[in-house]
Amino acid sequence: MFWNNHMETLSDADLAALQLKRLKWTVRQAEKVPFYRTELREAGVGADDIRSLDDAARLPFTRKQDLREGYPFGFFAVPLKQVVRIHTTSGTTGKPTVVGYTRQDLENWAELMARDLTMVGLTDDDVFQNALGYGLFTGGLGFHYGAEKVGMTVVPSATGNTKRQIEMIEDFGVTAINSTPSYGMRLAEVAEEMGAGLDSLKVGIFGAEPWSNNMRKELEERLGITAYDSYGMSEMYGPGAAFECEERNGLHFWHDSYFLEIIDPETGEVLGPGERGELVVTPLVKEAMPLIRYRTGDITMLMEDRCPCGRGHKIARIMGRSDDMLVIRGVNIFPSQIEHVLLSLPEVGEQFMVYIDRKHHLDEMRIEVEINRECFSGELKDLARLQAHVAGALRDTLGLRTSVTLVEPGSLPRFEGKAKRVIDRRGEVW
Amino acid sequence: MEKKSEYVIKQISVFSENRPGRLAAIAEALRKEKINIFAFSIAEANGFGVVRALVNNPERAHETLTDMGFMVSFTDVIAVKMRDEPGGLYETARILGDAGVNIEYSYAYSGKDAAVLVLRVDQAEEAIERILAHGGELLSRSLFS
Repeated sequence: MFWNNHMETLSDADLAALQLKRLKWTVRQAEKVPFYRTELREAGVGADDIRSLDDAARLPFTRKQDLREGYPFGFFAVPLKQVVRIHTTSGTTGKPTVVGYTRQDLENWAELMARDLTMVGLTDDDVFQNALGYGLFTGGLGFHYGAEKVGMTVVPSATGNTKRQIEMIEDFGVTAINSTPSYGMRLAEVAEEMGAGLDSLKVGIFGAEPWSNNMRKELEERLGITAYDSYGMSEMYGPGAAFECEERNGLHFWHDSYFLEIIDPETGEVLGPGERGELVVTPLVKEAMPLIRYRTGDITMLMEDRCPCGRGHKIARIMGRSDDMLVIRGVNIFPSQIEHVLLSLPEVGEQFMVYIDRKHHLDEMRIEVEINRECFSGELKDLARLQAHVAGALRDTLGLRTSVTLVEPGSLPRFEGKAKRVIDRRGEVW
Repeated sequence: MEKKSEYVIKQISVFSENRPGRLAAIAEALRKEKINIFAFSIAEANGFGVVRALVNNPERAHETLTDMGFMVSFTDVIAVKMRDEPGGLYETARILGDAGVNIEYSYAYSGKDAAVLVLRVDQAEEAIERILAHGGELLSRSLFS
């Protein structure tokens, strides 16, 4: 099902022409912002120099830090009079960043959200419980207006009071739920405790934090739904910039509204389809707060194959954060890859620590994992076999030989909030 | 003839990271519980080890160490009394060798009246039978509970 069949299935040539036109417009809009005026002048490029999409590579990058320094309204390209709403992002470090929307921006955002929700099969017959935070966080209101636009019956439940959430699902005949994946697990837990069947539910939409395919399976089984991944960030309006279709194999980005590049986070070089790197986004229709080549920090790749659904190119589900990326003997490694491997091995826990050293000019990566208590036979040879098994599984996924140390259960540090699992001791060698 | 299972003894096997203080932590726990260690050995590989011990109360040792967070399991071993003089080890080893019983690992201690060889073998029943048939003496599990 399509919300906007024409825009969702533009031919490559039509899309490229539209993107070029909108990219020029965006650069012109950005020139109204002092920060960009300086940056563009220094890069020696202006809106009129953009003659093909390849010229985008000449434009300067925008970093999260730049936005922070613009606090509060430094990146607005329109007078505050035309800004009808602001949201802020929770800064894990330092000041929050502020994003602003014109009336047209809110309209654009709701349109993309309507495409997303229609893409996963939702219509005006659905009852949509929106269990994301309402307020300064973009999640709640972003989905809210999209679901209303589609004509769904929206239950703005926000977060918390989980028992009441379950009661509402049952009493209102809710057919689709939207939350973070971890809150989805909490809902499943409480529903099971309450003996609630949640029979009306059929679709779950999860986003705002990374989640594995194992978690998808569990959410689907326990909530009785089909689960879809949603992607976005406040710099791209909010959630809904990309979404899974019913194929559930990668995220469809709305290319008429976002120009995407994948770059090598170390060198800034633009990478081709199938190559893993950092996602860089230039929104193409943002009025209040245009951004140029915004470095998302998210690691993904452009998928080469066309999707059977007929929409445009997809990106792979987010694989990690570029600030976490490690380069070991020339191979790019993300701690999330290690986590995925360990999750697939029942003999070990999911906690781990990574130590990187340089010995005789060679990078050595050592990974500590906890043994699962139930898997200890008391025999040294079983432990040696387990160690080789874990190292083999890591080598298959990472393409890199690592040394694995088995440690006692419960002995590795547990992190609240942002985990610091990597100790890189090569520092001074670079 | 006595039941062969009478001679199958529970050794405790404790996983330990290979770093200072781990053995002391295990030994301290056993001391507090007044558990006596008859014999023990440490097997080491790639950064971790398994501490194996014969104690006078394996059940309580298991419980205590598990409560402290250690990974513990029981392993079946046998303990053969040897003559504490030249050739003592040879007698026992020969019996098992001739019977085709493989020794996976072993450690020994010298007690008041005899030396004792602790053995982890691939066929415990066969080993017990052969040793008894040759007039050898095995420690009974009742000593360890």
